[in-house]
Amino acid sequence: MTNDILVFAEQRNDKLHPAALQIVTPAKELAARTGGKVVACLIGGALNAAVEAIDKTGVGAIVTVSAPALANYSALRYRTALAAVIGKVQPRVVLLPATFMGRDLGPRVAAKVGAALATDVVALSINAEGTLDITRPVYNGKASCHVGFPKDRPAVASVRPNTFPAATGGGGATREALAYTPAPGDDRIDVKEVAKAGGEVKDVTEADIIVSGGRALKSEENFKIVYELAKELDAAVGASRAACDAGYQPHSRQVGLTGKTVTPRLYIACGISGAIQHLAGMRGSKVIVAINSDKEAPIFKLADYGIVGDLFKVLPAMTAEVRRLKG
Amino acid sequence: MKVLVVVRQVPDSTTNIKIQAGGQDIERAGVKMVVNPFDEFAIEQAVQLKEKRKDVASVTALIVGPATAAEALRIALAVGADDGIHLQDEAFDRLDELQTAALIATVVRGGGYDLILIGKQEIDLDSGQLGPALAELLDIPHVGTTVKLEFAADGKSFVARRRIEGAEEVVQVSLPALVTADKGLCEMRYPSLPNLMKAKKKPVKVFKAADVAGFAAAVANLGGVKMHAFQPPPERPPGKMIPGEPEPAAKELARLLREEAKVI
Repeated sequence: MTNDILVFAEQRNDKLHPAALQIVTPAKELAARTGGKVVACLIGGALNAAVEAIDKTGVGAIVTVSAPALANYSALRYRTALAAVIGKVQPRVVLLPATFMGRDLGPRVAAKVGAALATDVVALSINAEGTLDITRPVYNGKASCHVGFPKDRPAVASVRPNTFPAATGGGGATREALAYTPAPGDDRIDVKEVAKAGGEVKDVTEADIIVSGGRALKSEENFKIVYELAKELDAAVGASRAACDAGYQPHSRQVGLTGKTVTPRLYIACGISGAIQHLAGMRGSKVIVAINSDKEAPIFKLADYGIVGDLFKVLPAMTAEVRRLKG
Repeated sequence: MKVLVVVRQVPDSTTNIKIQAGGQDIERAGVKMVVNPFDEFAIEQAVQLKEKRKDVASVTALIVGPATAAEALRIALAVGADDGIHLQDEAFDRLDELQTAALIATVVRGGGYDLILIGKQEIDLDSGQLGPALAELLDIPHVGTTVKLEFAADGKSFVARRRIEGAEEVVQVSLPALVTADKGLCEMRYPSLPNLMKAKKKPVKVFKAADVAGFAAAVANLGGVKMHAFQPPPERPPGKMIPGEPEPAAKELARLLREEAKVI
């Protein structure tokens, strides 16, 4: 093992996932402790813009694996490619974003190369023994714990999006291209199609700001006032389980224990009481706003800002004010 | 087709979590345990396949855990699994997720399972490692966060829809394969009391560490992370309630978000 930190810089269609830029930030801190360098790894079809973008984060080296067969994500092909890069770089630590791709790929690769793994981490350090120690939320955010890694094998960690700021600075990283050598059976997964869900609206897991609606919206049609505020804020629209189960919004927008876990800069909960199952999915948000007619709603305990009132009046007024402030 | 469902038992999501003095774990006493909700979707999918397709020979449910985990296995059997495998040994309690995957792989390798179903993650530790890692160790393809599964008529492959950021991937996969279930795949039926009684008579094989040939070797070369220093979540400072009529309150909220919190 070298002292290097390998970063899996997730991209789709030559566009980096925002979380790829973010995980370079802790990678640099770890590299400063181990005395190694940060190596970014990009796997995909044509890789140009994504390589240039990662070079602007101050990584020391960039390794690409580019092939037509890698144009779409496949757990098998990407595992083969990333394991090959790990074999070449021999990093002490591998970081992935804890996205759908990173959470899918991380365990496969860790098992393949005989590494140890922690997922969805929010803080990372190198301890006195020189090994990785991380912090991650457990029990739906009702507790957190540290996870220590063994000394004798690579440590793999997927890092929760929006935990670290995007890394900046640098340029001129060394570049190396590795060939993709398919492993037997890599073609057992065939990606037929990547179908956009929910039209052109942003997904909750990708958004900096989320406006979420609950059962108090009373109908799919009434969600219009949520969408209008979201549009002014360039935000994604989320929903509680109750609102999804009632059919007001598709389950792909559900935030919570059996929905998606989100960590935006701003989360605005409209007519959501704050059941444990919902809090589990959004309590990691930086700033939380609650708008609810019930002043006893548990969501207010978590909120940084709260308005007790009729959301059918508050939301349109808020939309108008945001529009005015933007000028 | 032989189907295997991997089941986990987790604290109920409404349980209060208390941390032990010293912070080495949470308090386990008095915690209500349930079947992991994402594994429920996997159980139901397995049973529906058996009901709908003539070529499904059997559905086996597997769990790793202490004697009390038998209750979760019994629910899977009551819902419609034919038999169970219970991996139960103190040595198994010390394994991390990757090592647990290695243990399960050692037990089921050569068992002739064509399809393995499991929830996309456990709601207690939320690691989501077990499914993909198990697939890797068995050298079979997997589809993660699956919301729809349609088998080809010949039963040799399936088309799955998996949820990703703002989209769904449609993938075709040949068997044998592993699928991790997300919400939307299907909702588990309620196990009736008579079926829970009948489930007691269904065969369950219990494996101790000594019964698993190659156990020590299988878990020696991967994983091995150790959880420590459990803490309650950081306290959030008390929030600011904005009084007044809807319009001025909304205006004030927008101002605070812009000038004080600086998030819009």
